[in-house]
Amino acid sequence: MIAPTAHYTFRHAARMEWIKLRSLRSTWWTLALTVVGAVALGTVIGFNTRNAAGDLTNNALAGMIPGLLLAGVLGVLCVTGEYSSGMIRATLAAVPRRPLVLAAKTAVFGTVMLVAGEVAAFVSFLAGSLALRHGIVAPSLGQPDVLRAVLLTGAALCLIGLLGLGLGAIIRHTAAAIAVLAGGVYVVPIFLGAIAHGVVADMPILIVGNSLSATKPMSCGGAGAAGCPHFPSPWAGLALLCLYAAVALVAGSWLLVRRDA
Amino acid sequence: MIEVHGLVKRYGATVAVNGLSFELRPGAVTGFLGPNGSGKSTTMRLIMGLDYPDKGRVSIGGRPYRRLSWPLSEVGALLEARMFHPGRSARAHLLAMAAAGGIPRSRVGQVLGMVGLDAVAGRRAGTFSLGMAQRLGIAAALLGDPGVLLFDEPVNGLDPEGVRWVRTLMKSLAAEGRTVFVASHLISEMALTADRLIVVGRGQLLADASVAELAVRGGGSLEDAFFSVAGGSAEFRGVDAS
Repeated sequence: MIAPTAHYTFRHAARMEWIKLRSLRSTWWTLALTVVGAVALGTVIGFNTRNAAGDLTNNALAGMIPGLLLAGVLGVLCVTGEYSSGMIRATLAAVPRRPLVLAAKTAVFGTVMLVAGEVAAFVSFLAGSLALRHGIVAPSLGQPDVLRAVLLTGAALCLIGLLGLGLGAIIRHTAAAIAVLAGGVYVVPIFLGAIAHGVVADMPILIVGNSLSATKPMSCGGAGAAGCPHFPSPWAGLALLCLYAAVALVAGSWLLVRRDA
Repeated sequence: MIEVHGLVKRYGATVAVNGLSFELRPGAVTGFLGPNGSGKSTTMRLIMGLDYPDKGRVSIGGRPYRRLSWPLSEVGALLEARMFHPGRSARAHLLAMAAAGGIPRSRVGQVLGMVGLDAVAGRRAGTFSLGMAQRLGIAAALLGDPGVLLFDEPVNGLDPEGVRWVRTLMKSLAAEGRTVFVASHLISEMALTADRLIVVGRGQLLADASVAELAVRGGGSLEDAFFSVAGGSAEFRGVDAS
């Protein structure tokens, strides 16, 4: 029970968002699919690894990549589902100070996705390590960069989810917002890779795979590390993902306040 | 007390509400009558602060909606039949609303009982019939025990028993001293429910009078009175069969 106050506060809005998020079955199905998919892929990759010199941590976390799209879609639906159903009017009737609504969604959804992301990352890492054969020694969390890689990859799931939330608030239509999200996260990097090699390293999906999850320098094709675009450092990569999510959320909040609901 | 002053709302080239002013007083059911497309729903959304007016203002007890301290305990609204997520149960929907409104959880069970949805409270609301959806919307409006109630076409989809229940509910809410504002295009229903009528056409005020006064103007028939004031204002009209 919340202590009585003179007017509604962020806590009331956050409590509402938490009940809304947990009372939809789709939330739990999507989170379960994200975690199970990540762990299954990490296990299969570990099982089939033959190169002991490869980046075993990055391999074990590779299953997080498909989950990023699911996290983003869940973020989109968290907002667009309200517009398509008419729920947004009930939400804004209860919490008419609109920035508070998006702030509460960000806090609640972000926390849930951070927990889910870290669970998925740690379990994937352990499963991927345990599945190693051929006498390959599993990486441990005590080795340099390994704990950082696992933690940041889990956090990436939360940040892509929040990017989806922001896009949902900007675009408001489910299909269009998912198209922009999938396009921005998966499709654009492929095109950029072909025309502007240097920029592609700053795209969300490549940040996760090459900056956050990596514990060894990447090698691209036969040229080794020299053939790679300049990948941001792990922390710079994390900062970029935070920036993308923040820009989408601020723009979404700005539009939410100005537009008719 | 709700004061609507000089409201103007345009959507592109369409003027939905055009200089509308009126006041709503407690203790009475005020009907908001007008043909389809006359700006009733837009006015409701403007009162709730969901859409922004191009001109004019609305005050609820002296403040705009967005400045209310506990909105759900001051204004309850049923704006459309489906103001909930189809994947959520009726109970979860009301619990979420209650959480935002600082309303005790026990109140959720009470309003579910009042609208007769207790038996289906755990079902996904997307499976509800239109009538059940209306009942859930009414439950949400009553949740905060507000002094002002806004209902947009509340009897749509209800069976005759439901229609009578809504009519009785409106009257009893007004009798308790609340401000009740009901938008409808059903003249006969308004004749039975409302104490006072605000008639609009093409976004403009056509009449603001007691039901008795209007009936006198129509020679005893509220319907005749409606057509005499709303005569040329229907947005969409069929051609008389002859």
